Amino acid sequence: MTEPLLSVRDLVVEFPTRRGMLRALDGVSFDIAPGEVLGMVGESGAGKSITGAAIIGLIEPPGRIVRGEIRLAGERIDNLPPEAMRRIRGKRIGMVFQDPLTSLNPLYTVARQLIETIRVHLDMSEAEARAHAIGLLDRVGIPAAARRIDDYPHHFSGGMRQRVVIALALAAEPELVIADEPTTALDVSVQSQIIDVLKEICAERGAAVMLITHDMGVIAETADRVAVLYAGRMAEIGPVRDVILNASHPYTSGLMASIPTLVQDTDRLVQIPGSMPRLNAIPSGCAFNPRCNQAFERCRIEQPPLIDVAPRHAAACWLAEEETKNDG
Amino acid sequence: MLAFIIRRIVQSALVMLVVALVAFALFRYVGDPISSMVGQETSLADREALRTTLGLNDPFIVQFGRFIGNAIQGDFGISYRLQQPVMELILQRLPATLELALVSGLAAFIFGVSAGVYTALNRRGFLSTGIMAVSLIGVSLPTFLIGILLIWLFAVELQWLPSFGRGDTVALPGGWTTGFLTSSGRQSLILPAITLGLFQMTLIMRLVRAEMLEVLRTDYIKFARARGLSNRTVHFGHALKNTLVPVITITGLQLGAIIAFAIITETVFQWPGVGALFINSVRAVDVPVMAAYLVLIALIFVIINLIVDLLYYVVDPRLRVERGAARH
Ligand SMILES: Nc1ncnc2c1ncn2[C@@H]1O[C@H](COP(=O)(O)OP(=O)(O)OP(=O)(O)O)[C@@H](O)[C@H]1O
Ligand code: SF4
Ligand SMILES: [Mg+2]
Repeated sequence: MTEPLLSVRDLVVEFPTRRGMLRALDGVSFDIAPGEVLGMVGESGAGKSITGAAIIGLIEPPGRIVRGEIRLAGERIDNLPPEAMRRIRGKRIGMVFQDPLTSLNPLYTVARQLIETIRVHLDMSEAEARAHAIGLLDRVGIPAAARRIDDYPHHFSGGMRQRVVIALALAAEPELVIADEPTTALDVSVQSQIIDVLKEICAERGAAVMLITHDMGVIAETADRVAVLYAGRMAEIGPVRDVILNASHPYTSGLMASIPTLVQDTDRLVQIPGSMPRLNAIPSGCAFNPRCNQAFERCRIEQPPLIDVAPRHAAACWLAEEETKNDG
Repeated sequence: MLAFIIRRIVQSALVMLVVALVAFALFRYVGDPISSMVGQETSLADREALRTTLGLNDPFIVQFGRFIGNAIQGDFGISYRLQQPVMELILQRLPATLELALVSGLAAFIFGVSAGVYTALNRRGFLSTGIMAVSLIGVSLPTFLIGILLIWLFAVELQWLPSFGRGDTVALPGGWTTGFLTSSGRQSLILPAITLGLFQMTLIMRLVRAEMLEVLRTDYIKFARARGLSNRTVHFGHALKNTLVPVITITGLQLGAIIAFAIITETVFQWPGVGALFINSVRAVDVPVMAAYLVLIALIFVIINLIVDLLYYVVDPRLRVERGAARH
């Protein structure tokens, strides 16, 4: 297998608070291959955004990475000095945030924000950067880009603004794009267009994508592999098809059963009972055990590691171990 | 844009009309104008005759109209106390007040913004904590006490700076007298300017700090960092400008307040400005001067407000809503 573009190993992120230490990520590991699209799903508060923030080096203090490592093309980036990390942001790792209405500075034209980003990373004159910026806007599907570039963000609709944000994230041709729920804040009618634009451009430039979303339908159509987070831990990770068809973690199965687009017979839609534990009240053993209808003694005592269930497909569930044992 | 300006000017004119009404009521009904002009021994018949010649028996609306007509031409009558045209008295003293207000306003703005930005960026720093503590004293000590303390320290104990007056002034063409051109004039300005500006400075500082902290939490700042912009660009290019939008309004109004509050400082430092003139006029129930002062201060407030609104308009592109601007 080729060397992964991004490699996250045993990542632990904690936030000191008045009510004690909150462990937002607890030993998360995964890889992203060059050009690959990794979907990341999980309930609100599972740690998806924190994972993205950790990779790009923007966890808000006092939160910090207390353990583990992050490598980009083999080089460690989690302990770089701030200036070196800044040069990676935007240049090698691009980021698209959830809400395009608030991602752009309202007081500056789109041109100014694009040009400053381009010139920070690429050796270009003002005029070259402007031409490059117009090309980018054109590529992300802004009509009359050469004229619209001098407009302010509030002149654009939500969908158009998210296109601008994508142009900004891709301005310096990063190898990895982290898109944190890029369509959640948008009108349903433009959501798939935005995903398509993002996917196409990244594919044509060979950029890998970490796509955080709540929408399993989007994952099924877009991602190569999917990672399921639960309470700051990796529950299951594997090729999209495998995970959807052979979910090995009861939480993943529950997640699939609750998604209308995946379940033909909508009468069978089920919600997983209960809710994710708060970070300061995570049960011992498997974090999912209070909600799991298949939990047994061991689940309440020992925390299950990621166990391979198929090639490149692993789940953190003791049932998976039983299965592999029976198979072997 | 033009419609906006016209609307604001009409509003300003209305405000001035209301203030003029109050000033007129003060002028006309506080004390008896006639007894202020004539001696004790004037007979009732003579008084009544004078009343008629002065138009004091005309209907209210006619008198008010006359008052406004005169006021627009700068005619506020004769001071009872000094037997000089009121406008002349005010114009003589206006330069002293305006120079004092300008210097302290400018100093308050420059130091207030710098300290506010510094404490917002170095929130937990040693110096920031110190500045915040000192600023608490700044807001809680009354102006006259600050003035007296400064006089005691710098004029009495250290004998570095003069304790009262305006020093030597130079007459400029147009009837303006300035203290900026002589060293005694500049030295005399320092203590009153600090006294007058300290409160506004701490106010601006706290406002800038709070506003900046707010802005630093916004998505567009996070996105600016995620694009790899330097701290310098993020802080001073993106955050500061957004911070200053709301600060402009308050600061502008503060300038009006500085001119109004100059009364206290001018009294403490025997500064020959309009504030001191007003206080002396109140003591002598010199109603024409009081009325004129009221109108003048209101006029300054209204003009500053107008300028602030226009500035706001220039700084914030979102307010420049051209017709059909929200294109899609
Ligand atoms: N600044 C912070 N201080 C304390 N805890 C935080 C902070 N930021 C995030 N957390 C905690 O980290 C956990 C993970 O947050 P994260 O934003 O990654 O969730 P998420 O999976 O992205 O959820 P969502 O779908 O709502 O975006 C949350 O439980 C949250 O309480
Ligand atoms: S480990 Fe146990 S509790 Fe956890 S998901 Fe598997 S069966 Fe359920
Ligand atoms: Mg999130």
